[in-house]
Amino acid sequence: MKTALSFARDFSSFAIKGGRMYYAWLLFLAFFILVGSYTAYIQFTQGLIVTGATDQVTMEAFFANFVFTAHVAAAAVLVVAPGYFYHRKDLKELAVMGEVIAMVFVATGITFVLFHMGRPDRTWHIIPGLGYMNFPNSMLAYDTIVLNVYLLLNLIGVSYILFKKYVGTFHEKQLALWFRPIVFLAIAWGPLIHIITAFVLASNARVGMWATAVLPFAFLTMAGASGPALVVLIFLLTRRYTNLEIGNPVIDLMTTIIAWSLGILMLVFAAEFFTLLYPSTEHADSLKYNMFGHNGLNMYVPWFWGTILALVSSFIALLFRKVRHSYNRLLPLVCFVVFFAILIEKPMILIFPAFSPTPLGEYAEYHVTLIEFFNVLFVWALGFLFLTLILKGAIGILTGEVRHEKSSASS
Amino acid sequence: MSKENIEELKDADDVQQGRRDFLKHMCTSSAAALVVATTPAEAVEAASNPDADTTVAEYFQGHFLLMSDEEKQKAIARLEKRYSAQYSKKTTVSNTEAPDGVLFGYALDIGKCIGCRRCVHACVKENNQSRNDPEVQWIQVMKMPKGNISFTPDQLEKGYPEKSEFGDYGVQVGGNAYKTAGLSTEDAQNYYNDELVPDKDFFYMPVQCQQCEKPPCVKACPVRATFRDHAGVVLIDYNWCIGCRMCQLACPYHARRFNWGEPQLPAEEMNPKTHYFGNRPRMRGVMEKCTFCVQRTREGRNPACLEACPVGARKFGNLLDPDSDVRRVLATKRVFRFKEEYGTYPKFFYYIG
Repeated sequence: MKTALSFARDFSSFAIKGGRMYYAWLLFLAFFILVGSYTAYIQFTQGLIVTGATDQVTMEAFFANFVFTAHVAAAAVLVVAPGYFYHRKDLKELAVMGEVIAMVFVATGITFVLFHMGRPDRTWHIIPGLGYMNFPNSMLAYDTIVLNVYLLLNLIGVSYILFKKYVGTFHEKQLALWFRPIVFLAIAWGPLIHIITAFVLASNARVGMWATAVLPFAFLTMAGASGPALVVLIFLLTRRYTNLEIGNPVIDLMTTIIAWSLGILMLVFAAEFFTLLYPSTEHADSLKYNMFGHNGLNMYVPWFWGTILALVSSFIALLFRKVRHSYNRLLPLVCFVVFFAILIEKPMILIFPAFSPTPLGEYAEYHVTLIEFFNVLFVWALGFLFLTLILKGAIGILTGEVRHEKSSASS
Repeated sequence: MSKENIEELKDADDVQQGRRDFLKHMCTSSAAALVVATTPAEAVEAASNPDADTTVAEYFQGHFLLMSDEEKQKAIARLEKRYSAQYSKKTTVSNTEAPDGVLFGYALDIGKCIGCRRCVHACVKENNQSRNDPEVQWIQVMKMPKGNISFTPDQLEKGYPEKSEFGDYGVQVGGNAYKTAGLSTEDAQNYYNDELVPDKDFFYMPVQCQQCEKPPCVKACPVRATFRDHAGVVLIDYNWCIGCRMCQLACPYHARRFNWGEPQLPAEEMNPKTHYFGNRPRMRGVMEKCTFCVQRTREGRNPACLEACPVGARKFGNLLDPDSDVRRVLATKRVFRFKEEYGTYPKFFYYIG
């Protein structure tokens, strides 16, 4: 118990220490949290009417961002898996960072879902026993289960690894018997949360754009691109500003995964667009609206082509060795573009245009309101704040800067 | 909020014994105030409070269908008390069970419908929807061009690919290929603002909840807040809905409406004869939709939209009774279901008289 307390104390005191840039970053996040608390208050007292959602386009920016957080959370296993499946030692060391990313992004996603709900105060209705969960019918019930289990698995994994390393007893032979199965389960669970999230969308026959068998594949490939893109950015920052050493081979593996994922994503998009556009039935209406607009409603058109262009050009860029090895200039830029392109893809291609035409033939545009925008930033800022603090503390433990007094005294 | 309110809350009969300790810690004092809001002044103050629609006891109530009879009575009494105070008139919340041996069905003659939208407004009035900003309407009337299947001669040679050595014209894209054919929602106008109806170049098709036998919304609801009763009507427990809108996503008829903000229902326009699953005033953040006027039809009356229809285009009745209006329509008219391809088996039939 005492050790746990000192763990918490040492961990957090290291996490909040940093240079001027670090504080500037935290302050930057704090600003959006401050503004966001106010806008969140407005939303929770006045209802979702303050967002741009309507009965025609009923999913808002929160839902779109939730899908994206699921991308990144699922993809974080790509940091964990090589270490445990292929015994890559360098990645096994870093596995805990992947788990932290997964944990924080799942939590961020759940927060987005709470913003999405009309009655977040009634969340307890879905807890079996206390309320009633429509299992096994409702896809959202499955999603609730897999997301929360994934959060729990990663929470257990992260705290166990970090604590063991903190007290200095993280050796193969001294690990608890349950630890390895938990890690492997978490690795399998990553894609699972993503497939289920895809099914939440694909289960709606009415939304032609989603009722497609390639949706889970599209999600997984986009996860494989956006997640490692964030991981590369984090690793590059980490090795630049902290004492943790991350070798080039680790970065290269991540870059390879991004390139492959983007390549497969091209195929998935091509398959989807072809299947819709060649017969050009009513199922293609949403896509046509997205690509070319409809009777003057064309706000999504530039977003569509811009996103596709960004994804294709990042894919081509990553085919060049020079770009892949330009660790300080081009690679972070490409990763940034991939991350943002896929983030933008969610509302502007996947979610909003899919609602037009509505079942009664209406076309509608979605305009994100300022309050909604700041609420999205609020959740992101919260997510990145926790990500920064936990990663910082974890790095301290990985480098040995944060150690239990007894073990540090002996070393 | 004063301390007295919380003290009184402890003694309020509404709050169940076992939950009391929990409540003491959990409840916010503003929400607690409503339990004791009996004088009109307090009620008005409470009504203007965004959280006022949920009393603490109401907040902790379970799914209505899973309640014991005693709990149901308490829940109903609670609601009646709250609504009566909030709208300053005696409000009843009925809990009439659906009749046995009945399967409610609806038939609508699109040949007769003149698009006057009296049904829409009668529905809003009967079912206590939000009145303005926004007005929530459960029935949407589509105004569809009659010439849907007509091909125009000037378009015959238009389109892409252009005429080739085979002599075919624009068969793939453009020209007459761009005209929708058949019963399509593509050219429907949902917000027409005509002085006079019917417009002779159009026909009208009102759409409301189709009360599917295989409702995708019920399947999608993660908490079973929406369900199908044994008379075949899909209903919502407004106090159980969590507002996730999965049902709205699943519905292929665009029949469900969400309370994006606080419903605006002026007290003088409120219909005080309500049903728990039907027209009782809703709260912010929950789904609502047509219930075939459950407060009327469970007592053997007709839905409000049917009564309002000036041309008799609407028929309602028991699908299990061979002599009912609906069954007679099914037997003698040309009947179709809307969007049959979704396999939802609506109990709402369209026919051409």
